[in-house]
Amino acid sequence: MNMSSTQHETQAAPAATEGQFEPKIIAFCCNWCSYAGADLAGVSRLQMPTNFLVLRAMCSARVDPEHVLRAFAKGADGVMVLGCHPADCHYIGGNYRTRRRIALLKMLLEQYGLDPERLKLEWVSASEGVKFQSTVKEFVETIRELGPNPIVEAEKEQKAERAKYAH
Amino acid sequence: MSDNMGAVMVVGGGISGVQTALDLAESGFKVYVVEKKPSIGGVMSQLDKTFPTNDCSMCILSPKLVEMARHPLISLMTLTEVTEVSGEAPNFKVKVRHNPRYVDMSKCVGCGICAEKCPVKVPNEYDAGLMQRKAIYIPFAQAVPLKYSIDESKCLKLTKGRCGLCEKNCPAGAVNYEDKPVEEELDVGAIILAPGFDVFDARLKKEYGYGEYANVITSLEFERFLSATGPYGGHVLRPSDQQTPKKVAFLQCVGSRDTKTNEYCSSVCCMYAMKQAIIAGEHTAGLKPTIFFMDIRAVGKEFEDYRARAEKEYGIEMHRATRVASVQEDPVTKNLILRYTSNGEIKEEEFDMVVLSVGLEPPKGASALSKIFDVNLNRFGFAAADVYSPLSTSKPGVFVTGAFASPKDIPTSVAEASGAAAKAGAFIAEKRGVAPEVDVPEIDVQGQEPRIGVFVCDCGINIKGTVDCAAVAEYAKNLPNVVYTEEMKYSCSADSQQKIKEIIKSENLNRVVVASCTPRTHEALFQSTLKEGGLNPYLFEMANIRDQCSWIHMGEPDKATQKSKDLVRMAVAKSRLLEPLTESKLPVTHSGVVIGGGISGMTAALDMAAQGFKVDLIERTSELGGNALKIFHEEDNRKVREYAKELITRVNNTQNITVHLNTSVEDVSGFVGNFKVKTTDGEIETGAIVVAVGAKEYTPKEHLYGQDSRVVTQFELENKMQQGPLDAKTIAMIQCVGSRNSEAPYCSRVCCSNAIKNAIAIKKANPASDIYVFHKDIRTYGFREDLYKEAGHLGVKFVRVPEDQPPVVSKEGDALKLVANDTILGEDILIRPDMVVLSTGIRPHEDNEELAKMLKVPLSKDKYFLEAHMKLRPVDFATNGVYLAGLAHWPKFTDEAIAQASGAAARAITVISKPELKSEGVIAAVNEDICDGCAICEPVCEYKAITIVEDPKNPEKKKAVVNEGLCKGCGGCVAACPSGAMEQRGFKNEQIIAAIDAALEESE
Repeated sequence: MNMSSTQHETQAAPAATEGQFEPKIIAFCCNWCSYAGADLAGVSRLQMPTNFLVLRAMCSARVDPEHVLRAFAKGADGVMVLGCHPADCHYIGGNYRTRRRIALLKMLLEQYGLDPERLKLEWVSASEGVKFQSTVKEFVETIRELGPNPIVEAEKEQKAERAKYAH
Repeated sequence: MSDNMGAVMVVGGGISGVQTALDLAESGFKVYVVEKKPSIGGVMSQLDKTFPTNDCSMCILSPKLVEMARHPLISLMTLTEVTEVSGEAPNFKVKVRHNPRYVDMSKCVGCGICAEKCPVKVPNEYDAGLMQRKAIYIPFAQAVPLKYSIDESKCLKLTKGRCGLCEKNCPAGAVNYEDKPVEEELDVGAIILAPGFDVFDARLKKEYGYGEYANVITSLEFERFLSATGPYGGHVLRPSDQQTPKKVAFLQCVGSRDTKTNEYCSSVCCMYAMKQAIIAGEHTAGLKPTIFFMDIRAVGKEFEDYRARAEKEYGIEMHRATRVASVQEDPVTKNLILRYTSNGEIKEEEFDMVVLSVGLEPPKGASALSKIFDVNLNRFGFAAADVYSPLSTSKPGVFVTGAFASPKDIPTSVAEASGAAAKAGAFIAEKRGVAPEVDVPEIDVQGQEPRIGVFVCDCGINIKGTVDCAAVAEYAKNLPNVVYTEEMKYSCSADSQQKIKEIIKSENLNRVVVASCTPRTHEALFQSTLKEGGLNPYLFEMANIRDQCSWIHMGEPDKATQKSKDLVRMAVAKSRLLEPLTESKLPVTHSGVVIGGGISGMTAALDMAAQGFKVDLIERTSELGGNALKIFHEEDNRKVREYAKELITRVNNTQNITVHLNTSVEDVSGFVGNFKVKTTDGEIETGAIVVAVGAKEYTPKEHLYGQDSRVVTQFELENKMQQGPLDAKTIAMIQCVGSRNSEAPYCSRVCCSNAIKNAIAIKKANPASDIYVFHKDIRTYGFREDLYKEAGHLGVKFVRVPEDQPPVVSKEGDALKLVANDTILGEDILIRPDMVVLSTGIRPHEDNEELAKMLKVPLSKDKYFLEAHMKLRPVDFATNGVYLAGLAHWPKFTDEAIAQASGAAARAITVISKPELKSEGVIAAVNEDICDGCAICEPVCEYKAITIVEDPKNPEKKKAVVNEGLCKGCGGCVAACPSGAMEQRGFKNEQIIAAIDAALEESE
């Protein structure tokens, strides 16, 4: 357990202000490093915002670009893919593939009109509960600044528009 | 199982007994576990949390208890005592007496109606007498076996012949007042004693007022205060008025390090007090803990980090070098006034509550055990063991594990427990058998509409304290295909497993979702339950609402409850699409590889060889022996170096062991049971690998080392002492050189004792010498406290220096000068030593990282190898088939390394002794109809598990084929497959997408 840092808080995260945009984030975590790191954050009682939901994958390389795009299409404001550090992959080199795939995927996102910042790849090891916490906190803030998923916003507008003409 | 299968008796059902029994059973031996109480679980079952991970104790223990109860090779004998032992190993005859339970175990279903009706209330021992139970009772809710028993000393029917309510009301007709003791004789090849410990009776320290003042309690009682199932539901309240205390004092060394009570150090109290202080602060807002220590003995893996965190982050006040003189109660407020000395001044301070950190003592029946089993006790009343054979008693074939040999923490006990299994197994190795399989016919769910059961766990208050579990269960009711939901206090307990099995049957469930903790620790348990309930174990899904929800959103109960609902919805959505998976059988190479030829590596190799397995011992230097060859000091009247040499001879004379000197590991491939280890010497096939690469001594840069020949390390001092009398009169020893500093924040565990050992030797050789030991804490834990005392008597001077201010060594002309701040005097002292001895710390090897990568195992933040679980899997890695021992894991003493090495051997034997293993269910599979043989997946696979072959049905076409033994189930090929032909079982695209969609669905 990493307890050398004195920066992480054990107190509750500050309550969000009323009406503030609350991002919805999907976090894909590999079973061996990042999911274990997320568990360690829990065991260490490291507090963080509730805005994310973790999906466990055996390896970050299992995360299909389709999964990421699906999440954005369904309204995720941000997606994180978390894996073992380079060279530490439980499956030898899966995370190198992830790295290449995410780089390509970010370019693709831009073409869809999504800020590539909305997709984050990070390495979190089984002993990095603190890093899991800081990664989540920073990403929630990044997405909060970027605002809601524009695809969903546009869809909502279209729907409203259609509704207007329907009557 | 065959009748001539070798058997071992394990005495004691605490965590040590449980682990040793499981390892033996998993190695193909029959095990009789004798426990005198109505349930197994021991003291660990009473604990709230465990250090240094603050894991919920019951949550990590309960799966082991359940596993033990359901193991086909383990006979659990509760309420049973050994009365007589005759014969010699491996032909012991053991007479046991099964004391009457007065409840027929085969009939009792654990419904609890009997206890409800019973009119007799008595204090419950499990709750340290703080809560009440009935005369017919189970000790605790997760008891194993979950069968009621009657306390014959309290039952009205049995004592006075009246009442009889339980019998009248028992729907199963299980109550039997006529139950009598039953004698039985068992043949066993070896015996393992694991009776645990008792705690010191705090009444004997009259000056602290325990038993007299309401608000003075013991640490074990406080543990129950902290527990969700304890008297105050996990809240810390004062017994006198049930008010929340603000100032709580923890008094250390109560019944330890004390000439009037127990002279030894109890080894665990410093850590548990810090843990209790942290948890108390977490449970109760505004609570301010203060701990009064003599020395803070944070010697274990990452314990020193825990100490730093307790102090800096949790703001726990720590008084060092302070033993509280007395406690007085204010008769009006019931507050407590502590008197103690701080910086030479006598102080008085008022507290609301006092917790006495009581020490560990030999179990009450120790002397009786020693007679029955013909084993010697040491002068403190613990089982006598030798540094070089820490698991052996004085009687051949009778072994000891856990706190019965010396006070120790849980990980050390667990490693020893595995070690004892290796030792005992060697006596009956030729009588190894095979465990019969669970034989419950699997319900065919193919084509059935999903019927999902959702079980929401409170985990005591670990989840329920933050998340509204009832609301989550209620919410789950309305999710598609959910036909049953239930909230459970502890979903991992034995009764919950029983319940889940029953519900599977009664509700015709074909999918199960448990919302509790992490699948990393508990998935296997629930999967076994499904299996026993007749469901394929892969029709199971977990929602992690504890580690990844309640524990990280403690201040936001509403949002955490919402998130729990989201997680349950995702799990349910995925579970609807789950399919049964089959595991194929894999061959096993019945031999082991040990990497590292020091004491640990040699011990592990010898223990595996002793059970008939071939072992390849790989050592990269030109000789076996490792660090031990440099150690000239004595342990138990024998030099460590000489013992190492003896081991080398034994290894070289053991036919089953092949030693590879000057050999390094270059690559490791394969998987559990089927590894290939490529070395500079060739390739070795093996079923299991033990990592025992050791660690090294820190080379000092400080204190003029290397610049002045009078500044030496302890190793160098020992070497000099071999060559004749020292020509130094004043000798300064500096502790923590290269430990507990910013570069290596951890404690190296052995340096205090080793320095003192050398100081004693010098003092004995030359009583006129002046020896100073400059230290931050003296950490001579356990019986090593004797050394500290002896050194004090001989006149060795101990000077405590501040944590961040080591002594300064300089040169004045030709003389050495040492200046240090003495925290007791509160001023600088100056000495002119003839010699300065640096107690250098232990450092991990720099190339650990390379080996870790080859083995695909992690390192800790301090770069030691990181085990699968710090508390209960101390010698395992998360990667199956790879084990850990010795200094590669953490700094430790010779006896601890030996015990741990035997432990690693036992764990490896659980793999290499099996005729075959089962493959993972979660592997890649090709849909042959879709696959067009494009071969993109082939190079993606790191394990060369995919080959492209000609389609036998259509020679024009090619297709991918997955080798099930080689596939590790990462799913990398699945994401790469452009056609969607490749799928990962258990993580199919449609399953993942269902979970994604569910996650983003607007709930409620």
